[in-house]
Amino acid sequence: MTGTTLGQSFGVQRTADIQNAYMAMARTKRMYGGIMLVIFIALMASGFMLADSRNAGGFWDGILNVFDFPGEVLAEASEKAALIPALMVKFFPSLLETINIAAAATLVGGLLAVILSLLSTRGLARFPRLIGVFRRLMDILRAIPEIVIALVLIFVLGGGPVPAMIAIALHTAGALGKLFSEVNENASVQPLEGLESTGANWTQRMMLGVVPQVAPNWLSYALLRFEINIRASAILGFVGSGGIGYDLKNAFSWGQGRYDEVAAIFILLFLAIVFFDQLSSHYRNKLVGKA
Amino acid sequence: MTATAEFAPGPDLKQTATALIARKRLIAFVTPAVILGYFIYLFFAFDIRGLMDRARMDNAAILVADSYSYKTHITHDNRIGGLTYAIEGENKGTYPEGMVPDFVTPLGEDAARVTLHAGEVAEIEGSTLRYMVPEYGTVTVTVEGRDIVLDTPDGQIPDWISASSARVNITGEGGRAVVTRARTEVFNYSFGWELFWFTLDSPFYGKSLGELARLVVSGDRVVAEKSNLAAMVHDFWNNPMWRHKDVIWAIFETILMAFLGTMGAALVALPMAFMAARNFNRLKSVRFAVRRFFDFVRGVDGLIWTIILSRAFGPGPLTGALAILITDTGSFGKMFSEALENVDDKQVEGVSSTGAKPMQRYRFGVIPQVTPVFLSQILYYLESNTRSATVIGAITGGGIGLLLTQAIITQKDWEEVSYYIVLVILMVIAMDTFSGWLRGKLIGRKD
Repeated sequence: MTGTTLGQSFGVQRTADIQNAYMAMARTKRMYGGIMLVIFIALMASGFMLADSRNAGGFWDGILNVFDFPGEVLAEASEKAALIPALMVKFFPSLLETINIAAAATLVGGLLAVILSLLSTRGLARFPRLIGVFRRLMDILRAIPEIVIALVLIFVLGGGPVPAMIAIALHTAGALGKLFSEVNENASVQPLEGLESTGANWTQRMMLGVVPQVAPNWLSYALLRFEINIRASAILGFVGSGGIGYDLKNAFSWGQGRYDEVAAIFILLFLAIVFFDQLSSHYRNKLVGKA
Repeated sequence: MTATAEFAPGPDLKQTATALIARKRLIAFVTPAVILGYFIYLFFAFDIRGLMDRARMDNAAILVADSYSYKTHITHDNRIGGLTYAIEGENKGTYPEGMVPDFVTPLGEDAARVTLHAGEVAEIEGSTLRYMVPEYGTVTVTVEGRDIVLDTPDGQIPDWISASSARVNITGEGGRAVVTRARTEVFNYSFGWELFWFTLDSPFYGKSLGELARLVVSGDRVVAEKSNLAAMVHDFWNNPMWRHKDVIWAIFETILMAFLGTMGAALVALPMAFMAARNFNRLKSVRFAVRRFFDFVRGVDGLIWTIILSRAFGPGPLTGALAILITDTGSFGKMFSEALENVDDKQVEGVSSTGAKPMQRYRFGVIPQVTPVFLSQILYYLESNTRSATVIGAITGGGIGLLLTQAIITQKDWEEVSYYIVLVILMVIAMDTFSGWLRGKLIGRKD
């Protein structure tokens, strides 16, 4: 009798202990979460205030003017709405150049990435000791912003599409190389062993054993990259070399009176980006087998 | 017999296989051919041959040489006389009175001997320059009134000298000299980034690391009102040649743009993603509207947003942050809503079986499932936006992107360009490491 009561009270005691311990843990966790939240909000607020104070125009003045410029462009564009289709035809070659830059960069960068990724995947690498070297190389290629390479190359090669193409291609090689090598890690090594037993050399093993396994995933990443590269190529054009970005900058710096050109380029760029966005997501879904 | 019947479609199967192999073979040949054809098209579209003509390999040589070396200008003013010594020919790098670089031997008033590399020596004496090249002899260039007289040992002008009546350029193995009517200048190249730590007017210029360390611990003050360490930090921080203060601020601004933009975009996109997810919003019209909004924002592209915003807010980090914020709201919204649609309902049902109200169902059923996905996407974007912020800074005028474009456009301070490039790469790698570390801390490492 006494034993049972003792046992029961002991059990109650234990449950209470566990409950207390749990509540204490939950409290600490909540407290840490709260502290993190406070720090985050403080960082955001002070960062915003700092950015605001270092900006030429303040946030509260600017927010009222956000729609001024689009308004001006729209007003002028609607005034000259009849001219816009002709302007779009006029700027189409530049758009084509921008897309060509992106496509060439994706191709060249993708081919480089294939080589780099095969050289830096454990189990596939031609020179296993140099895996680290190739990985660091890809890290550096990824870390250099395209604009840096583009501006330096413009100094050497002069303007035009090639500096932008090389700059984007190098970045693409680093970015895709990393993704490709992650894909490669999941490739089965059995076909490789089979090929090796027939005396195939490294290139043959990679071409016949690895590439068929991973090509769909590679292609899907490359398509995504192509979409990103179109945006990058437009931006690089604005900062330095050819393509639609350069035309945009020129039309833009003429100021009022040429806003119909600005509007035409905006529309072209928007349509191109949306088109390739849809195209690439359609084929990516097809490639990786999502409905 | 029945077995053969079952495997009967022999010729048919063979046909399919042959067709399949033929198709594969075709693809294997056509794909490289198409790529090759495209490159041939590009060769003409990009005017590669014209590019070969336009390429300035001498610019490349200047760029490479300048990025790891500096030149000292020794200048004689041919109109009013007087010799000056200046690093990179800049005002801020001019040697003060009575101080000369160690490769210069003053030879009295208005005269000095400059020991260049490869055994070459240049002597300036008034408006006369004597450039001595071993195994060739002495080239003498004199400015007499409006004429520049060039005198070489054999009377011929070699290809490393270009001369006209207004200007003589001598490009030797170990140095360079330019004579015009206005001034006689000798350039001596030296290795390194001179004045990186302290400029010539700082009392700490030219001291070795050991001497500096001794000064830090010693009590004698070099600058009366500050301790030695504080004075050193002050002189370094305010270095007028390399502008460390501005550069570090620019790097910080760039990171700030990326941080504010990414986090702001995530905060804006989160509630909207709930509105765009099929399982959280039954109103099809709202869903459609929010989704088209995401598509629109993404389609307009960062470039156009940056231009529009820089019109309203002017150059600076806030403009860049807002541009990133707007563009990424679209990307985050799309990704978040897709993640929310993939939420496992079992967990939500379990929570609601305990009698939880809708808010609690979200808090305990949905949030724990999506947090890791959201966090890893946000952190990935934080790193990638550090790079975008450099480019956006170049467009709007803020952060390291602005400094970089300015330095490249002036086309002479390549050592500063390489300094900025190194800093940018370090910044991106640091952000990459930091976001990887944070991802590991917050949601656990998968690999």
